[in-house]
Amino acid sequence: MLGSHAVNWPALFQQRAEQASDERLKRFYQQGVVAGDTALADVPLVALDFETTGLNANKDEIISIGLVPFDLQRIRLCDSRYWLLKPNQGLTETSVPFHGITHSQLSAAPDLNLILESVLDAIAGKIVVVHYRNIEREFLNSAIKKRLGEGIIFPMIDTMELEAMLYRRGMLNRLKRLIGWRLESIRLGDSRLRYHLPHYGQHHALTDAIATAELLQAQVLHRYSKVTHLSELWT
Amino acid sequence: MQAEQVEIAGFLKQYPPFDELPEAEVDEIACQVEISYFRAGTDIYQFGDEIHELSIIRSGAVEIYRRNGDLYNRLSEGEVFGQLSLLMSQRVRLPARTIEDSLIYFMPEALFMSLCDRFDSFAYFVEVDDNLLHQAVSDKQDKSDLMVSKVTTLISRTPVMADTSATIREAAQKMTEAGVSSLLIMHSPESLLNRASLPEDDALEDTSDRLLAGIITDRDLRTRVVAPGLDLDSPVTEVMTVEPVTLDVDAYAFEAMLTMLRYNLHHLPVLEDDYPVGVLATSDIIRYESQSSLYMVSSIMRQTSVDELAELQPQINACFVRMVAEGANSHMIGSAMSVIGRTFKQRLLELGEAELGAAPLPYCFLALGSMARDEQLVVTDQDNALILDNRYQPEKHGEYFAQLAKFVSDGLDRCGYVYCTGNIMATNPVWRKTRKEWQQTFTDWIENPSPEALLNCSIFFDLDGVWGKVDWAAQLNSFVAHRAQRSPKFLASLARNALNRTPPLGFFKDFVMEKDGQHGNAINLKRRGTAPLSDLIRVHALAVGSKVQNSFERLDDVSEAGILPPGRAADLRDALEFISMVRIRHQAADVEAGREPSNSIKPEMLTDFDRRNLKEAFKVLSNSQRFLKFRYPFSGR
Repeated sequence: MLGSHAVNWPALFQQRAEQASDERLKRFYQQGVVAGDTALADVPLVALDFETTGLNANKDEIISIGLVPFDLQRIRLCDSRYWLLKPNQGLTETSVPFHGITHSQLSAAPDLNLILESVLDAIAGKIVVVHYRNIEREFLNSAIKKRLGEGIIFPMIDTMELEAMLYRRGMLNRLKRLIGWRLESIRLGDSRLRYHLPHYGQHHALTDAIATAELLQAQVLHRYSKVTHLSELWT
Repeated sequence: MQAEQVEIAGFLKQYPPFDELPEAEVDEIACQVEISYFRAGTDIYQFGDEIHELSIIRSGAVEIYRRNGDLYNRLSEGEVFGQLSLLMSQRVRLPARTIEDSLIYFMPEALFMSLCDRFDSFAYFVEVDDNLLHQAVSDKQDKSDLMVSKVTTLISRTPVMADTSATIREAAQKMTEAGVSSLLIMHSPESLLNRASLPEDDALEDTSDRLLAGIITDRDLRTRVVAPGLDLDSPVTEVMTVEPVTLDVDAYAFEAMLTMLRYNLHHLPVLEDDYPVGVLATSDIIRYESQSSLYMVSSIMRQTSVDELAELQPQINACFVRMVAEGANSHMIGSAMSVIGRTFKQRLLELGEAELGAAPLPYCFLALGSMARDEQLVVTDQDNALILDNRYQPEKHGEYFAQLAKFVSDGLDRCGYVYCTGNIMATNPVWRKTRKEWQQTFTDWIENPSPEALLNCSIFFDLDGVWGKVDWAAQLNSFVAHRAQRSPKFLASLARNALNRTPPLGFFKDFVMEKDGQHGNAINLKRRGTAPLSDLIRVHALAVGSKVQNSFERLDDVSEAGILPPGRAADLRDALEFISMVRIRHQAADVEAGREPSNSIKPEMLTDFDRRNLKEAFKVLSNSQRFLKFRYPFSGR
């Protein structure tokens, strides 16, 4: 429903599983993908968030990854994960500190390649949930491509996109934009407030991942239902 | 890398019981919670559901219900629920439903149990129903020396004693040699044997076989011997105080203080199995109570005019504040303030009699309500009345007593005990009655409990003689206790009347929450707490024929009579103590800040600890009110 160009994800995963040369990627694809006609209540989910050195996936790098597995019932913090990553290009004084992360922490951190297996194991077989997919999808693809020579693709639920459908699309919103009305913010914190979710100190990959998981639970309860098909939300 | 949950740990650390846990424990909890979002109006738990987690409200609001659908509690950010079900049955006993969109943190049972095992503060917090309130009350009391010290710790030496055969001179010599200000006069074993062989009617009371015959003090030697010029070779028994008030060796220091205040004593013998082990002097107590209410009392008695008395008011407030600061309990403070109030009345009556001349007839000046119950605080009006001799004739004596009453009442008003708005004062001719008239009045009230009569009950059924023929007050009390106990209709009416004022359910955010879900901005702790508790305790006390007035002492009698469910008397005691102390502490803070002390408190002035315990206390009151309906059924007609 979101993507007008409906991707056949199971077929794509099968094809990638055959083509992938890296064992870790191969195994990731072999785990398959949840069928699009699965009710949301039955979908295993994992919220994912990156902190990056900038917004350009080709130039900038991931410096931290937070993720937390969840479903519509519960967000399970005991299974949450968090990694700091060492950027390849030396850090300039101006680019850090990033949101409380120090130089020395980053220079002691591993390269993505070293922890990739753990990351992929944590998200394999689950549907990844992000707020603003362009960051996570493009940065992960680009970072893996740089290291392995092949990229990665999988379906995502983008909570920002779900907000955008309400506050960015449609005639009324287009009209508002045209006449210069202030549009509702669809940033993570502002979106959460609309569902009466609490304010969190932002810019920590794990906190943001949890915040995203909570937001999706709220969005589904307010606007969809537990029996809504996954394919209505993923992209 | 195990993820650190800074955001969640930071939230938990702000709220009890997590705020008292070590930081590492809170971090561990934060890593183990599961999170779930609920829309407004969603059931989180239904009755009988299995439960294996403690719920913590991260945002939003949740209502907890009884099985019958009554609202039990309303909780908001930072509050927890499900602990009782977890501890008791692992089945939900009180269903929970969101009333706002809510985010809930769930903490696993194993961790919850482990924290209960390892941290007392955590266990106390979650095991709310009985323990917490009691713990709060006893924690508080631990802070006061007077509360925990046994009277024996105050005794500095063995008592000095003489035989009943001693002369006054021998007694005085003995006191001088030993350097003491009091001497105990003992029956010799032989005299006891002789007394035992006397005919029964000579042994008027059981006390006749006590070893202690009397006490004589420096002051007695001055006032009873030297001043009247008595022969020093007369037997000491002629001038001693016979059968003095004594205290048991197991008593606490504060009981000694209360006893001395109550009977205006300077020396108090302490007995172990009827044998004296020491004598407490006022100074022994004063060492414990730095700015003594005992001093206050003697200071009042020294003032020679209403103007001078009025100037003492700031000192009374200061005395009140100090007692609070020193950790006295509500019984001590209430008693001390009541004694001070009584002393004002006594001194004003002395001054009044000096100005108007001696009374033409014997009378008894009565204190009513909180003063009679020894529960007076700093915000108080004057409730008083007069018992007159049966020979009273209005046309002949009326003018004198009207003037005396006016003198006292005006004086009290100037000293800070404002006029009673209900006009229950001796200045009102309706409340100046002869002994016969009072008996008739009480009989009427008990036999025909009209709404108007019941209105008076909460004031007139707590009465105490402060001046003159105080025996009459005691006799009236006995009469009332006797009649009331035998009148189920009256008790039922009184019980129904005791339900007029109810406690709120608790607190929600910065509001007082009522049972119907309405919110208020402030709570009057007297009207919604201590007053209905006193009302309720009075009903039980009258039902068991108790003649004491103080609510705590009434509870002792009620408890002994066994008419309450097990543990209820102790719960009521804790509830009364806790509400009283919150009220007292806030009044003390008002006085210190130079504000007019008040019974009304805004929830934002209350700590989490106070809120939780007040809520428990309100629950005890509410349950006890329900029991009252059942215990004293109203048959109607």
